[in-house]
Amino acid sequence: MSQPKQIDARAPRWSAGFTTVVLIIALLTKSTWLTIWQLAVFAVAAFINISKSPYGIFYKKVIRPRLSGEVPLEDSRPPVFAQLVGFGFVLVATIGALTHNWAVFTVAMAGCIFAAFLNSAFDYCLGCKIYLLGIRIFR
Amino acid sequence: MVRLLIIVAVLLAATGVGLIAERNRGRFFTKRNFEPTVTESEIRSTFGKSATVLQFSSAFCAPCRAARATIENVVPQFPGITHVELDAEANLELVRKLKVAQTPTTIFLDPQGVEVGRAVGAPKKSQLVAVLEKF
Repeated sequence: MSQPKQIDARAPRWSAGFTTVVLIIALLTKSTWLTIWQLAVFAVAAFINISKSPYGIFYKKVIRPRLSGEVPLEDSRPPVFAQLVGFGFVLVATIGALTHNWAVFTVAMAGCIFAAFLNSAFDYCLGCKIYLLGIRIFR
Repeated sequence: MVRLLIIVAVLLAATGVGLIAERNRGRFFTKRNFEPTVTESEIRSTFGKSATVLQFSSAFCAPCRAARATIENVVPQFPGITHVELDAEANLELVRKLKVAQTPTTIFLDPQGVEVGRAVGAPKKSQLVAVLEKF
């Protein structure tokens, strides 16, 4: 996971919005390629650099110039954690799609849409809810 | 068609969860069971004369910063009330003892270290002031 740094606090919500739309289209069309695309996006954000995520770059180039006001900054660790959770869901969905196990694909995609939509629409902090519970269980 | 219905159901469920979470965020819940007691050594700080605001934070938690800013802004207006922030991950024993499930969780302790109540999620300034005025 990347080192803590400051990023534009609005970027993760916009990215979650794009993610929600992409996941819905992928689920509706049972598109393996679109699912793999989303898996790659999550992988870049979670393992390489969250600022290099294609949705983050799109936000920076297209959305941010149209927003006014000061840039609110936040720690990059919470959104990186959320991208890691997304990666887990979509990895399962991709395996489901590649093995034509469409029930697995559908459940994993639905779970990821649930989380991405909550993040985008309500600024829901997934890391706050599950990170500590996970640690309490496994440590 | 089935997948479309699944998507609609998922979005509705997420909306419900989001609205409930938003409504309960920062709400003060009174503790009726007055155990267990926290000790000063457990929080590595002395208790406030009238109360201690004990905040649990974690690394993957954006609202924890907002909670800290609000608490640091409000607490100095109340002499006798102390703010202590602990990293939940580094204090798992206390987290388990106090049954802290998520961050930020703000626990209000009386001068003896007994929990009076708690708020889960970043509290708003007005919510916090209303609670601290009772001490």
